Amino acid sequence: MSKIIKNDRIVDDTWQVLKLAEGETAETVALPATPSLLPLAVWLARKDEILASNASFGVWLESGEGPETLAGDLDHFALIGVNFPKFADGRSYSTARLLRERYNYRGEIRAIGDVLQDQLFYMKRCGIDAFAVRADKDIEAALAGLRDFSETYQAAVDQPQPLFRRRAA
Amino acid sequence: MYRYDSIDQQIINERVAQYRGQIERNLAGTLSDDELRPLRLQNGLYIQRHGPMLRIAIPYGQLAAAQLRKLAEISRRYDRSIGHFTTRQNMQLNWPKFEETPEILGELATVEMHAVQTSGNCIRNITTDEFAGIAPDELTDPRPWCEVLRQWSTFHPEFAFLPRKFKIAVNAAAEDRAVIRAHDVGLEVIRDEAGELGVRVFAGGGLGRTPVIGKIVREFLPRKHLLSYLDALLRVYNRYGRRDNMYKARIKILVNALGVEEFSRQVEEEWSFLKDGPTTLTDDEFERIAAHFAPPAYETLPADNAAFLGAIASDKAFAAWVRRSVHAHKVSGYAAVTLSLKAPGAAPGDITDVQMEAVADLADRYSFGELRVSHEQNVVLTDVRKLDLYEVWKAARAHALATPNIGLLTDMICCPGGDLCALANARSIPIADAINKKFDDLDYIHDIGDISLNISGCMNSCGHHHVANIGILGVDKNSEEWYQITVGGQQGNTTTIGKVIGPSFYAEEVPQVIEALINVYLEQRTPSERFIDTFDRLGVEPFKERAYAGRDKRRPVKSANTVEETAHV
Repeated sequence: MSKIIKNDRIVDDTWQVLKLAEGETAETVALPATPSLLPLAVWLARKDEILASNASFGVWLESGEGPETLAGDLDHFALIGVNFPKFADGRSYSTARLLRERYNYRGEIRAIGDVLQDQLFYMKRCGIDAFAVRADKDIEAALAGLRDFSETYQAAVDQPQPLFRRRAA
Repeated sequence: MYRYDSIDQQIINERVAQYRGQIERNLAGTLSDDELRPLRLQNGLYIQRHGPMLRIAIPYGQLAAAQLRKLAEISRRYDRSIGHFTTRQNMQLNWPKFEETPEILGELATVEMHAVQTSGNCIRNITTDEFAGIAPDELTDPRPWCEVLRQWSTFHPEFAFLPRKFKIAVNAAAEDRAVIRAHDVGLEVIRDEAGELGVRVFAGGGLGRTPVIGKIVREFLPRKHLLSYLDALLRVYNRYGRRDNMYKARIKILVNALGVEEFSRQVEEEWSFLKDGPTTLTDDEFERIAAHFAPPAYETLPADNAAFLGAIASDKAFAAWVRRSVHAHKVSGYAAVTLSLKAPGAAPGDITDVQMEAVADLADRYSFGELRVSHEQNVVLTDVRKLDLYEVWKAARAHALATPNIGLLTDMICCPGGDLCALANARSIPIADAINKKFDDLDYIHDIGDISLNISGCMNSCGHHHVANIGILGVDKNSEEWYQITVGGQQGNTTTIGKVIGPSFYAEEVPQVIEALINVYLEQRTPSERFIDTFDRLGVEPFKERAYAGRDKRRPVKSANTVEETAHV
């Protein structure tokens, strides 16, 4: 069983990330029976079928996809993945904040892809609360990345008040 | 100036610890070089031609004397006793050891300094007018605005991995000395009709491969909305800026692709969700920060000082220095002084440890213990009594800091170039040196008068060559160093991109070409014209013609008809 960081702890996890292989399409790919994060395109193409099935599912967003097309569907998901195809691709930070702050999504947001210790602090600040740390990395060591800083200047999901409002208090 | 409270200090201390751990993990093999790269860049560490280069942040160019002394000490202990000031008002150390960089950052933290976000695809050091707070033409002191922005941008969780670097500059004076129109975002502090302070927002400016003048995206933004609006603007850029091609990834490409109206509309739409939220700046916070920039305890002095005027009358060398290096101050009896880091034979912007200590001593003795770095790569003492100027000059001269060339031909902006920088296509410092040798007669360069000459060793344009009256760009053609010349660029309120005059030149030709351009000006000028005025009146043709006249005799041209690689694509 793989492990992830969730709510600041290392826990076992059974969710799989479905990716379309070469030649597969959103319309025709077989839906897994095990708990899976589905590509956005699969969700958009086959909502009714997915909702009618008994499987546990969530959706994952590629870094360029953004949350807008999912906005009306959020109640269906206990889990949304945001992908970091490369850790230096920072778009999913905005995606996560929008999910939390604009669309009030309260379920789990999981970072998937190139998820590394040194970005966890920023990810957490943007509302990501689960981290599928890259498999070749030491997840115990990565956990420390959540605590790199004890104070921050900006308002974000983890601390809605900027430092200047708290300094003044 | 701004002093850290315990929270600011703790954040910087934690940054040092984080970086130390990253370097340890890299040396232990658990953090790869590729994974470390963006992390070290966001701590100012490049791996250069000869080894690492560390770029230390000097927020908006302001330094305390004690900080400069620490830089001197660091340069002696960890480098080769020399530092280099950059056009972002930062300091680069060119010879640190990789393993020792955590120690250096630790040393910096003891004097409230760091190297945070001096590189990488993030919000970089905020720059402003080197005369901020004392300039007679300023509406208000821009430094509190810069410090507000520094704190907001430091470790901003959403914008640490932007498509590309992001540079912000602030100007609050009638004359823009911060080149705000050549920045990703330029902020001009203004008052609206009701007298409220705010900013005019420019976006999409930048030099580099594709020079673009910033466009106005908002005519007036009240101060309290500064941060929420920038959050919106950066979010639009973070989401939609190109990431497929690093040469097309700056915000200027996005602004041009969408058109400024559509870009502004998207920012406004995004902002409508953020406006009036918790990030709305409070007056209390602004005043807390502004209090750090309260004017020092100026004496009440007459506007002029007899001893000072006497020294001007009796000492020609002093008078020449005053003419170029001493600037007006908003307080009677005071002046600002630019210490030139452009002495002949020195690399432009370089300062030795001994000079750093001398400047720190001058700041302590004559300028309330503070100083500035200018984007032209000089050092400024902002608050000198006129009656002390003669003493300051003598002390500065003893340390080769009083070359009377500020604003003149040899006050060149120059990047480190191919001697040091891994990105460079060609060397810059030897070109600066050759120009210095060609124009070694001070009377002659005083006669030429106000002119800007900037040199960049590659398209990245760190030397701001696009906005110089005469710009020199190093280009690589078949592994040879060539130099493309632009004429007619300007910074300030009339920021203009210079025009390429034609095929590029060999290094040996450059000083003669500069002389040819200068000669056109000297022959054609009217008594009141600066170089740029004559250029604007005559256009590029006479300059172009003279630059290439007799070229075949000077040096055989290998490929005169090949298509030029140009920075204007």
